[in-house]
Amino acid sequence: MTTRYVIVGNGAAGATAAWTIRARDPGAEIAIVGDEPVPFYSRPGLAYVLLGVIPHKEVFSRPDRLYAEARIQRVVGRVSAIEPAPHRLVTTDGRALRFDRLLLAVGATATLPDLPGIDLDGVVTLDSYEGTREILRLASRARRAVVVGGGITALELAEGLLARGVETHYLMRGDRYWANVLDPAESALVEAHLVADGMRLHKGTELASVIGRNGRVSGVRTKDGQELPCDILGVAIGVAPRTELARSIDLPTGRGILVSERFETELPDIFAAGDCAEVLDPVTGKRSVDALWSVANEQGRAAGDNLAGHPTTYQRPASFNVTRIGGITTTVIGAVGTGGRDDDLVSLSRGDTFLWREQLDGFTTISTEGANRLRLVVGPDRIAGAVVMGDQSLSYRLQHLVRGRVDISAVRDHLLDGSRDLHAVLAALADGGASRGA
Amino acid sequence: MLGRDRAKRDALVAAHVVAEPARCVECGICSYNCPLGIDVRSHARQALPVADRHCLTCGECVARCPRGTLRLEVSRVFAASPRIDEP
Repeated sequence: MTTRYVIVGNGAAGATAAWTIRARDPGAEIAIVGDEPVPFYSRPGLAYVLLGVIPHKEVFSRPDRLYAEARIQRVVGRVSAIEPAPHRLVTTDGRALRFDRLLLAVGATATLPDLPGIDLDGVVTLDSYEGTREILRLASRARRAVVVGGGITALELAEGLLARGVETHYLMRGDRYWANVLDPAESALVEAHLVADGMRLHKGTELASVIGRNGRVSGVRTKDGQELPCDILGVAIGVAPRTELARSIDLPTGRGILVSERFETELPDIFAAGDCAEVLDPVTGKRSVDALWSVANEQGRAAGDNLAGHPTTYQRPASFNVTRIGGITTTVIGAVGTGGRDDDLVSLSRGDTFLWREQLDGFTTISTEGANRLRLVVGPDRIAGAVVMGDQSLSYRLQHLVRGRVDISAVRDHLLDGSRDLHAVLAALADGGASRGA
Repeated sequence: MLGRDRAKRDALVAAHVVAEPARCVECGICSYNCPLGIDVRSHARQALPVADRHCLTCGECVARCPRGTLRLEVSRVFAASPRIDEP
């Protein structure tokens, strides 16, 4: 009998799940329902569009032709209701889709603060293809922009606007950038680069309200009473998993839709994965939400297996991301939490994970050479996390050492006392000089 | 040709572009910058080496990728090709 799979959400998790199901079940009927009319695109790529590195059309990475070849039906529509008993969902324009198995991969949406004037035209988030085109339209005639928020997305917005020739003011509530992931020296390195590029930084500055004229942003007011005229307010205070569909059918939700390590919800035949899901880690017994492209792909793959009847337990490797912040290529891997306080984010930013904020028992070893910086969090027998800024020659090695939980006890002293060249010590480890841990 | 240039050329001829798909975010900077219009991104996404006979191994995609997804790796993919010596 042909199984009919319906996936809600045409992002990384949803599309990867669809292709995984197709590989597992060549005869299946597969449909993906997405509420954006455009084909699949790289959401992280939007930052490069804003920077002017690529034209906007380059972000369409999986054209509709690929869907047709894989016999995956792409449906443009917004789901208004799920009917679990008859295994059916309904779209806002009245279409009904029957499913045998359903995957919710609806992602997350940028959060806006609840402040006067936040609904004015000119308040923008870097969150969607259409939204990014709107930012480009606004930037082409804007003189000045204010950006609030934290993490990776705030800088993508601020640096993008700056690159478009807009005088950009970045407001930080605290005294340094991304204070719970980066240490003070790392924050300082990023901030120095931003200032050198012409960014106006305002520390200890909190947004109080948005001022408008004729329905459009004309400035912002801060809590300490300053007024800053601007044409654009960029907001990147975090993303919120989209849980409303799950809640409409009484599925338990926390930060995201609660699922098992096999992406099962509490209802039979209904699964959730990707940025919308809060997934159980069978090792720690804790659930976590993520907003990382690589994690969404990994989860889509494992969820696709489970939907297609191949039970696969998802065990997340240490999360990592490589990106440019303040123009500095930076790799963040594993648990690097500083214990610092970051009031600029109310939740996760895109490209971010809570797991980076974990503080594990261990020693920190730091190597700084000019604008390059390396921070290792060294546990009793493995490297728990690393921040690599600038020179990325150790990025690959550390990715594999941290994610592979490679036993470092034989060289731990060398890592900590700095008596030997870090590159040589890590190279020997990565090339198999130590036994692999669990 | 200088010995150094010959060595560099030989190394590039014997190499191809490989990807670490866990790093790839499908932004398309690699494909956009390929002088021959090879769809490097679809290779990277699927963890396939760029074993396209048009690839010049010029390294443009490797250098431009903001995520360190791509690298040149010496391989045997093109080992069957006869070596063309200069006259």
